[in-house]
Amino acid sequence: MMEVCGSSNVSLREFGCEQSLLSRPDGSASFIQGDTSVLAGVYGPAEVKVSKEIYDRATLEVLVQPKVGLPSVRERSQEQCVRETCEASLLSSLHPRSSLTLILQVLHDDGSLLSCFLNAACMALMDAGLPMSCLFCGVTCAIHADGQIITDPTAAQEKESRALMTFAIDSTEHKVLMSSTKGSFSVHELQQCIAVSQKASEKIFQFYRDSVRRRYSKTL
Amino acid sequence: MFSCLKHKVGEVLLPGDEFSFQPEDTISLTDTVKPEKVICGPGLRRSGDRLLVSKSGVLRTKQPNMFWVDSQQKRYVPAKGETVIGIVTVKSGDVFKVDCGGSEQASLSYLAFEGATKRNRPNVQVGDLVFSQFVIANKDMEPELVCVDSSGRANGMGVFGGGGLLFRVSLGLIRRLLAPQSPLRAELQQLFPHELVIGMNGRLWVKASSVQQTLIIANLLESCENMTAEQRRQLFRRAAQGAL
Repeated sequence: MMEVCGSSNVSLREFGCEQSLLSRPDGSASFIQGDTSVLAGVYGPAEVKVSKEIYDRATLEVLVQPKVGLPSVRERSQEQCVRETCEASLLSSLHPRSSLTLILQVLHDDGSLLSCFLNAACMALMDAGLPMSCLFCGVTCAIHADGQIITDPTAAQEKESRALMTFAIDSTEHKVLMSSTKGSFSVHELQQCIAVSQKASEKIFQFYRDSVRRRYSKTL
Repeated sequence: MFSCLKHKVGEVLLPGDEFSFQPEDTISLTDTVKPEKVICGPGLRRSGDRLLVSKSGVLRTKQPNMFWVDSQQKRYVPAKGETVIGIVTVKSGDVFKVDCGGSEQASLSYLAFEGATKRNRPNVQVGDLVFSQFVIANKDMEPELVCVDSSGRANGMGVFGGGGLLFRVSLGLIRRLLAPQSPLRAELQQLFPHELVIGMNGRLWVKASSVQQTLIIANLLESCENMTAEQRRQLFRRAAQGAL
């Protein structure tokens, strides 16, 4: 079920996705952007611990597993970014007093890891059949020392860049759901990056649609 | 709205897609104006005069005006009136706790069996399988199961399962098996005689005359999840010839 999308004007690396590749979780997806690869698994709506129970909505827990070693501060902040994005798009009030667990396993990190997490998370949530008000995708932009904007940078490009930004964008109005920035940049550059990301997101949403259509092609 | 929904039947929809209600340009003075009614099933949500999609899947319809999104998911969410295969986990006083695959354990009263009275308790042990029906199932309350229909008869429900095999498949496959005149079920019946219990929660229980035949049926059902009709027919033909 692997699909690959080539790059044209807004240059994204080639990306691919596979849904429901794991048998045990309720929803799973792997997402590949260039050499960056992430595997996501979703469990839920499942039974929740009494201490974590919320009476009017589902409890969402996001866990990021690094390739080696234990999760540290960096993973914690990525978890929070992904969780807030998911909470914005999930209709968690339809499954009160239950738990949703999203596990993101890094398979390989070659830059734009946070955007790859977001894309993998969205595909996995969709595979699990959880109710969502809209889809979301992640786009990473790097501003080079000479002011050039690179979308979906590799690890080497990230290292050379002056500023690095990741945006989560929703599918209905193409608005920013979450942003995570690093480095220094002007207001104008920020707006430029948002505009570029919104343009890139259209390509990713079209890819989502194509890969879901492919998945359901046998039951049409 | 009705016409644009009709237009999309059989197509793949994604969360966030929406249908909006467009009033007709001309109003006929002679005909009586009938309000359009649309019944939304799973995956569709009403918000004002718009219809929002909340699950990814294929849009299906049923006459005259029912629409829903058919998705392939694994986790079960209890719904009233559905029959499921549950596993008894706790026996406490006058209720059993039953694991039905949802987010919460369902309760099953010991009086909700055919012929059960306060004196005559049903013989249910922890770990038994029960085929039962939801009478209460909503998101805010603990779901409740019964093993009798509205007239107090078992009607096929109750404790079952000796010597069979229980396994899980996706909810989409279960719905395909339960559909009226399901081709999959018809093909399965031609293989060899067997008993099959289908729970809407994704659990299947099979028993044939020998362990080998039980396993063959279980493996066939598990493998035909991602097959086209033609591939499935070929596989069943090979199974009937004893090639497996």
